[in-house]
Amino acid sequence: MIEISDLTVRFGGVTPIDRVSLRFPGGTCGLIGPNGAGKTTLFNVLSGFVTPASGSIRAFGHDLLAMPHYRRARWGLRRTFQTEQAIEALSVFDNVAMVHEHTGGRRSGRRREVLEAIGFVGLEVDPRALVGTLGARERRLVEIARAVVGEPRVVLLDEPAAGLPDEETEQLGRMIRRIPEERGALVVLVDHDMSLVSACCEITAVLDFGHLIASGPTPEVLHDERVRRAYLGTEEDL
Amino acid sequence: MRAPGASNRSRAPGRPPVGTGVSRRTAAEAAGVAAFLALALLGVPALRNGYWQLVLQTSAIYTVVALSLALLLGRVGMISLGQVALLAIGGWIALRLGFATSMPFLLVVLVTGLLTGLLGTLIGLPALRLSGLHLALITLMFAAAITLLLEATQFPNGGGGFLGHSVLTTAPSILRRPRFAAGDAAYYRLVVVVTALMFLLVVVHVRSRPGRAWAAIRQSEAAALAAGVNVTLYKLWALALASFMTGVAGGLLAASGGGLTVYQFPTQNSIILLAVTLMGGISSLWGPIVAGLLFEALPALLRTWGLPSDLLIILFGVGVIQVQLTAAAGLASQVPRDLANLVRLLGRLAGRPRGRELSG
Repeated sequence: MIEISDLTVRFGGVTPIDRVSLRFPGGTCGLIGPNGAGKTTLFNVLSGFVTPASGSIRAFGHDLLAMPHYRRARWGLRRTFQTEQAIEALSVFDNVAMVHEHTGGRRSGRRREVLEAIGFVGLEVDPRALVGTLGARERRLVEIARAVVGEPRVVLLDEPAAGLPDEETEQLGRMIRRIPEERGALVVLVDHDMSLVSACCEITAVLDFGHLIASGPTPEVLHDERVRRAYLGTEEDL
Repeated sequence: MRAPGASNRSRAPGRPPVGTGVSRRTAAEAAGVAAFLALALLGVPALRNGYWQLVLQTSAIYTVVALSLALLLGRVGMISLGQVALLAIGGWIALRLGFATSMPFLLVVLVTGLLTGLLGTLIGLPALRLSGLHLALITLMFAAAITLLLEATQFPNGGGGFLGHSVLTTAPSILRRPRFAAGDAAYYRLVVVVTALMFLLVVVHVRSRPGRAWAAIRQSEAAALAAGVNVTLYKLWALALASFMTGVAGGLLAASGGGLTVYQFPTQNSIILLAVTLMGGISSLWGPIVAGLLFEALPALLRTWGLPSDLLIILFGVGVIQVQLTAAAGLASQVPRDLANLVRLLGRLAGRPRGRELSG
């Protein structure tokens, strides 16, 4: 469980997150909102790239903000990026192995666990292939394999379906749904694709201009009047 | 020259994703480089040409410096315009140790490497938060400062005091060679062996944990941090390793030829070395060898032809542009590819009917 209390982030005169209190209980949780709502900023606070002005974050009983950023990965916090960041110069295997070895994974089980993560995301390429030679979908999957290898506790997915066709997005959704149970991690999913969010997330929170405007069971949240006004547009058919 | 229709960009999309695991590629390259160095080790002294042996010996030493630069730039993404200045520091430390102590030669070189590694890391420390142009400027300023400092202090030549330089003697600043490599051919071989060891050091690093961490840092520091990489530690490690290798090269240079003079290390040499390293290729192990030859052997060739070696500054300028425009991976990958294309083209021209048969 992640418990965010009274979180405020300021960049100069801008307040991308304003006194947000939020709970992600477990499973797969959605985080939605229009561009500039503060979703990625919240991920950056969780990863340690952004230091909040005030507030606290407790994750599974640990004070997340007290940990240096590179330690958070070792603790079990993993993430993907809006612009996919699989390492082009390394092979698929080395991409995943690299995360495994820097997050405290044991050497003896490395090969097996890395191949297991590659298998989990459904990558059907030669693990020795250079990531620079792969297509967009495969590179996204490499990034997710990096996020689930070893013993992740929290997996933050920042628009994993961006740019993917519908059929591939559906496949991706089925895989994301399996992460909590099979990899034992809480997933927070940011995406603009509402069908993906409603397919994956039991709970969804909505940010708008740095404020939390709704949170709760996904179907209720998506039909909330304020959410529709702020984000989805009243005309849009859900 | 390229065969028509042949894909001519190393960056081109759609290259077949055959089993090109990075470690396998490095392994194949390492084997090639090892064979080349073995050839240099055995072949060159057999030619019995003292001039070219010395030129190639110096090329090997600058290959080590280019290797350190390629490590920083190609593997980690850090730029240094002060590598030749660091080489001069290595030479100075080696001479100082050589005159002040009775340590055996190899130990002098090792300790020189370690001290230069420490110094290079300390200098790099404030530069850790900088990158790109700012880091390049800082290291260039450092190189300029070292050049000025050396002009004031000169290299040790057996004098007293901390600086170890005496103006009363015309003794050269040269490090005594070990007994087992006193002769020129033997010393040349020693230099090639140490060069090979430096390559081995880099290959071991690139193929293991630090190499993967560097690849992550080079692509994106944020992604590396998110993957649990201690970015500061691994950047310092790269700086230390690159400075160590450059220090070792300085130690080797101090016992090479007629010894060291401050005129060997003008600030611009750091920039020229960066140019030839880019031309050679920063992501291939062959690149630094090409760079060492361009830096030392090409000027020597021009000198023997009676041409001014200043021509090279222009040539290298054009060369960097050429390489950056047409083959970002450097001459080390471009030349073999172009040669292969040429051979294919010639083969097609020579055996047209057979070619048609095959395609039909």
